[in-house]
Amino acid sequence: MTAPTRTGTTRPSGPPARVVPRRLHPGAWWLWALGLAAAASRTTNPLLLLLLAAVAGYVVAARRDDAPWARSYGAFLRIGLVVLALRLVFAVLLGSPVGGTHVLVSLPQLPLPGWAQGVRLGGPVALEGVLFAVYEGLKLAVLLACVGAANALASPARLLRSLPGALYEVGVAAVVALTFAPNLVADVQRLRAARRLRGRDDRGVRALLSVGLPVLEGALERSVGLAAAMDSRGFGRTAPVPRRVLRTAGALTLLGLLSVATATYGLLAPDGHGWAAVLLPVGLAAAAGGLLLGGRRSVRTRYRPDPWALPEWATAGAGLAVAALTVWFAGRFPEAFAPSVVPLAAPRLPLLPAAAVLLGLLPAFVTPRPSGSSR
Amino acid sequence: MITFDQVGVRYADADRPVLRGVDLTVPEGELCLLVGPSGSGKSTLLGTVGGLVPHFTGGTLSGRVTVDGRDTRTHRPRELADLVGTVGQDPAAHFVTDTVEDELAYGMESLGLAPAVMRRRVEETLDLLGLAELRGRALSSLSGGQRQRVAIGSVLTVHPKVLVLDEPTSALDPGAAEEVLAVLQRLVHDLGTTVLMSEHRLERVVQYADRVLLLPGDGTPPELGDPAALMARSPVRPPVVELGLLAGWSPLPLTVRDARRAAGPLRERLADRTPRRPASTSLDGTPGEVLAEVSRLAVTRGPVAALRGVDLRLRAGEVTALMGRNGAGKSTLLGSLVGLHRPAAGSVRVGGLVPHRTRPKELIRRIGLVPQDPRDLLYGETVAAECAAADRDAGAAPGSCRALVARLLPGVGDEVHPRDLSEGQRLVLALAVVLTAAPPVILLDEPTRGLDYAAKARLVEVVRALAADGHAILLATHDVELAAELAHRTAVLADGEIVADGPTPETVLASPTFAPQVAKVLAPFLTVPQVAEALS
Repeated sequence: MTAPTRTGTTRPSGPPARVVPRRLHPGAWWLWALGLAAAASRTTNPLLLLLLAAVAGYVVAARRDDAPWARSYGAFLRIGLVVLALRLVFAVLLGSPVGGTHVLVSLPQLPLPGWAQGVRLGGPVALEGVLFAVYEGLKLAVLLACVGAANALASPARLLRSLPGALYEVGVAAVVALTFAPNLVADVQRLRAARRLRGRDDRGVRALLSVGLPVLEGALERSVGLAAAMDSRGFGRTAPVPRRVLRTAGALTLLGLLSVATATYGLLAPDGHGWAAVLLPVGLAAAAGGLLLGGRRSVRTRYRPDPWALPEWATAGAGLAVAALTVWFAGRFPEAFAPSVVPLAAPRLPLLPAAAVLLGLLPAFVTPRPSGSSR
Repeated sequence: MITFDQVGVRYADADRPVLRGVDLTVPEGELCLLVGPSGSGKSTLLGTVGGLVPHFTGGTLSGRVTVDGRDTRTHRPRELADLVGTVGQDPAAHFVTDTVEDELAYGMESLGLAPAVMRRRVEETLDLLGLAELRGRALSSLSGGQRQRVAIGSVLTVHPKVLVLDEPTSALDPGAAEEVLAVLQRLVHDLGTTVLMSEHRLERVVQYADRVLLLPGDGTPPELGDPAALMARSPVRPPVVELGLLAGWSPLPLTVRDARRAAGPLRERLADRTPRRPASTSLDGTPGEVLAEVSRLAVTRGPVAALRGVDLRLRAGEVTALMGRNGAGKSTLLGSLVGLHRPAAGSVRVGGLVPHRTRPKELIRRIGLVPQDPRDLLYGETVAAECAAADRDAGAAPGSCRALVARLLPGVGDEVHPRDLSEGQRLVLALAVVLTAAPPVILLDEPTRGLDYAAKARLVEVVRALAADGHAILLATHDVELAAELAHRTAVLADGEIVADGPTPETVLASPTFAPQVAKVLAPFLTVPQVAEALS
């Protein structure tokens, strides 16, 4: 549906046609989120990290739809907080590698036998160590928030369905594995409730362990059931392809991947990256050719494949730009990206990198709203 | 369309074959209903059509099954996918994707149909099954009836010539079951699809069948024939057929309408008699003591209000049926009574205790629940081990549970694995485990799901005996026949609220959805035994 904007005579009232609601290609959301995650992995500056989390959160709030997996964002945030708390507890109990002079409290230290030399339990807790742990924990939490954002905006199942034909079966295996976890959680809850009905305690570790076997049994039964259902619906039907083509495809893929691995090693090694720069594209091309040939075996077609249009380019581009700019700035202002804890210094917000991070907000404005959403 | 040629199936560890000597042909464009008691091999027979038996279940298939000329022995299920659509007992286990539209397209994608064809067929199927409103919804957010319709739709999009359904309406409330059956009838009439299905709840489906395939289960070979003729000899039959046999009508009625037209003389004979009501009060006529009380109870589950302002009393000696749509809050109400859910408002009292604050060990002496899937309650490797564990859990004298099992379930060996029991036996075993702690209040969630009429009749006896002993019993059920036969009182739950609560005859006669078949013919009589008693 495109509105006739050129002539201007029949221009309909309402928003321009550019924002027809639709779902964005899942790949675009994942590239965007991975870009933000890559940026987060380059810094321990809490202000930058919080800014990244805020950017991701804002886009999620603006663009997620009302599907059940869209609610997983909250769960990821909670896991992030748990990670942060754990990091902090370990830093307090086991001490921190950075040392420090500003002692907050002194815990009683546990005497440990000689073989545990180098491990400390209890002892003085320094502000520097605590702060270091908070920064590190925050980094992990923000990484999790980025993955959670991608998960809420485009379920991984949708992403895996966009894989090329030759990788389709691998994708299905991954999707089945992904649905496994929520089903397991539901099973555990049901069986713990059943324990209560037998008059046993339904809380505590023992209760959880005792339902382990029935839960696994149920999971196994469900997997076999799913395999049967998929097979009876035509999963795994193949087109007759000459054996020679298949062998070529396999060889090409293997060679291509090997070359890519070797080339990556060459690029990262301190010397001799001339040949690696040539080998890398050759390897990539070989692998792609192999996948393409292998895809001829698959008879699958795609129902309503997600288009890759301007909003997808903008979204993926925004994520990659954030990552690239952050990496570049991290090289230029290392002290702003890793605020010092020994000696103690208040972290400051570097303006240029902060502006780069704000680029990540772009998808909240240029992408169409998800269809079926009431917002 | 489907030809069975001397088909037999035998599983490796079984002492006798599940199926033997099946030799018949199901013609094209007919709705063929499989009838037989539990364990007679209905699911196995259905599995052979789509090739799942033996390719997925193991076992040995002798003879030959051909569907539209394709031999299932040489064609794997995936090579039959364009010809046979199979929907199993649990639609949720069948789903591969996560939204309605993707699920409908999945089979076509696997077969490699052109995108334009897929678009058109998905739209057609959405309309045919009335799913257009749900197209973008996540599968996990659908109700039972909706899921079943999506599961049927997902195999229909590839335009199979044969549709195989295993118990498509057993888990559904009466309204949702009618929806699904209307769809099936439309497929047979409009598209000429051959449908082969099994169903325990014959009262729902027998009138739609063009043929009945009877599996007697006692070793005699199966028969394919006219529904009315075979129903007369079938070991399992719906109430309206029972009534026809009792009154000696010929031909036997299969629908309520047929029965009503034949019932004139019988109605006159019964005109001056009233059905005997089971005594819902103790012998001296006073109502029993209130053993559990729910008042103004509200429970929220996630963002959803599952119950709002529910009032219910369970009295000693009284059987109460709790009915209502899938998702109306029946299971939540049962769960609240055993303390699985914390009330958001209002209160639950069981024998003076607040369930969700009581330790499980205390609570099982006051109230017991047999969950929808009794397997959840059984962990033991053998019946004997299960009973010993139940005695320990309940703090009962060793052997109490085994004695209960022997009384309720005669003839079950000590060394049998609970998973090898039939559905009905497993239910009674779980009931025995719950009864070991001697709770005065007993809750049963969907007890007749998957039970044949014989197992149901035994359950009715067991529950009656418990009520006569002074237990208060609450059954959550979709089975209107069970409620009519057993319950003194029926409460109807809709959207988390009790919309009707009163003596069973009054409640079920007021609603066509919840009225049993006999009541539709001979109100105020509800069941065949009542009629038989009035006639004698």
